[in-house]
Amino acid sequence: MLRFILRRLLVMIPTLIVVSMLIFVVINLPPGDFLSNQIAELRATGQEAGLAKAEFLRHEYALDRPLPEQYLIWIGVWPGPSGFNGLLQGDLGWSFEFGKPVAEVVGETLWFTVILNFSAVLFVYLVSFPLGALAAIRANSWVDYLAAIVGYIGLATPNFLLALILLYYGQRWLGLPIGGLMDPRYENEPMSWAKVGSVLHHLIVPTIVIGLSGTAAMVRRLRANLLDELGKPYVVTAKAKGVPPVRRLTRYPLRMALNPFVSDIGSLLPSLVSGSVLISVVLSLPTIGPALLEALRAQDQFLAGFILMFISLLVLVGMLISDILLALLDPRIRLSKRKRS
Amino acid sequence: MSRAWKHQFDPEPWSPDDDAGPASRLDPGASAGRLMLRRFLRHRLAVLAALFLGLSYLSLPFVDFLAPYGANERDVEHLYAPPQPIHLFHEGRFVGPFVYPTAGRADLREYRWRYETDATRPMPLGFFCPGAPYRFLGLVETRLRLVCPPEGATLHLLGTDRLGRDILSRLAIGAQLSLTVGLLGIAVSFGIGVTLGGMAGYFGGRTDYAVQRLSEILKSLPELPLWLALSAAVPAHWSPVAVFLCISVILGLLDWPGLARAVRSRFLALREEDFVMAAELMGASPARIIGRHLLPNFASHLLASATLSIPAMILGETALSFLGLGLRPPATSWGVMLNDAQNLTAVETYPWVSAPMIPVILVVLSFNFLGDGLRDALDPYHDS
Repeated sequence: MLRFILRRLLVMIPTLIVVSMLIFVVINLPPGDFLSNQIAELRATGQEAGLAKAEFLRHEYALDRPLPEQYLIWIGVWPGPSGFNGLLQGDLGWSFEFGKPVAEVVGETLWFTVILNFSAVLFVYLVSFPLGALAAIRANSWVDYLAAIVGYIGLATPNFLLALILLYYGQRWLGLPIGGLMDPRYENEPMSWAKVGSVLHHLIVPTIVIGLSGTAAMVRRLRANLLDELGKPYVVTAKAKGVPPVRRLTRYPLRMALNPFVSDIGSLLPSLVSGSVLISVVLSLPTIGPALLEALRAQDQFLAGFILMFISLLVLVGMLISDILLALLDPRIRLSKRKRS
Repeated sequence: MSRAWKHQFDPEPWSPDDDAGPASRLDPGASAGRLMLRRFLRHRLAVLAALFLGLSYLSLPFVDFLAPYGANERDVEHLYAPPQPIHLFHEGRFVGPFVYPTAGRADLREYRWRYETDATRPMPLGFFCPGAPYRFLGLVETRLRLVCPPEGATLHLLGTDRLGRDILSRLAIGAQLSLTVGLLGIAVSFGIGVTLGGMAGYFGGRTDYAVQRLSEILKSLPELPLWLALSAAVPAHWSPVAVFLCISVILGLLDWPGLARAVRSRFLALREEDFVMAAELMGASPARIIGRHLLPNFASHLLASATLSIPAMILGETALSFLGLGLRPPATSWGVMLNDAQNLTAVETYPWVSAPMIPVILVVLSFNFLGDGLRDALDPYHDS
């Protein structure tokens, strides 16, 4: 098992390298950078005083060097103007837009992003498992149709609109709070149960909205898998031998159907994380979503680059966890991998 | 089972034909295409979706004629006007389709617009009458429209937005961009996917490895943030058409891994088939084998998976435009329109501004049903 995890971690390294290159290219696609735009603006308005500072920053952050070199400095395998200080050394760079280090800008929002996505994944599991199983056992009953309808709504509604609508009606009918991640009065308070409760309360709407389309996909998937299993001869045999219904279901068919259920979460993660970025902007949640949008608009490249890296890392780690879970659940996967290598 | 039982109690002599089982199809000679069509027609929802989508796409060139107003035609007297019904009877008497005129006033206490209907003066609608000028198919300048508001009244069937533009007209005109963005995007992703997947499947070895890893990595990246980053790179001073093309390419650029994988696995599976070997032995060139023997075998399969990935692009366009990084205002698309519905005031006070979500939902659902139906129909010899 340990070897499996180790190998899985090793595979992540080249992936991360390619991802970081891709992100660097994407970030540098727009012509110019934040500082060169600023310098042009300062020149145009004749503010010579700011020029020197901008030029200094440009040199300080190596923006005057060729792109491949900038990339190497950014990830921290090439000495920049002040030695090795890139992502690998834990230096996330400087946010020009906010005028402070990237680490300070993103700060706490990283945790909220992780919490939000974690709760969305949890929601997907907790809702789609019973719903999918029920839809399969009671195929073509009202539960099944209800699950299908909810699924189609989740699939087809643009989730940002769903967020607004749920937020409005949630507020109106259920008194759910609007926007933010906690009650303002807990903002600078130390951790307490009341604060946790407030955060959980605020998480309800975003979690549902982010998780809904994923839940829809998972319900369909689980239903199809379970229906396949339930039609197999061993289930008929069990029935003929008089195994009680619940035991007949949980003993083997459910376990078999669970497998793709776990592995699917990996392919679901990218869209979940995408959704969380969008929803955070709409509901003004303090995750890195709004900061990303701001950074992209202003060409604040270190900030945007780090956020994109972080989001990708989040997905990759999620996939790693789902792979490990799958290997724990199903010995066949561990063994087949070992045989191949 | 009943057939097997029959002979235990049936005095009739047994004939081997009885055990042949029911004819698996009514007409064994029907072509594959015919069987697919028949199977597809059995899928009610898919047929309905196909009809709806066909109608929508066919009407795209004529939306200017169908819409009562122009996309950017402003009516400053009717800002945020609510939807207006069409009536047929006035005081129990049949008049034909008509509307009542409305007049707006600013409610300064609640700070919103209020509209009052004058139910005493029915005003019949005009048909095939001159409206705001437009260029039919972008060529002929004309003013002819299917239906126009009566003189001195308005025809806002779905209300108006912040600037007093007719929402129904904008919906129709926005469909041109919103519906084609998915098609263009899928064309891009199809091109990349089939080329790379085909190369991986046909050449194998290192090419295969590289394509596989690249598609795995792309699949594991969250799409929306990358779409955002890419569309932020589209220069702000470009014309709406250039921006539109760019956005479609961006949408397609990240979507190909799924297709490439499907193409590759099909290639690998089919390469081992006897008919490919036969073609090879008869001296067919690789191009002929691919084009004549391999592609037709899974073209239909690809069509189904392409249909299923169009909705993601349509939703992607809406999301990008909604965030202000996709299509930009002089252009009209459903996402651009939804940009106006961004705040809670819109949901609460002027809910009709969110109307574009209805066509978005319908189109996305239709593509899903159509794709499902196609996928089921494409396997005509497999009984489910």
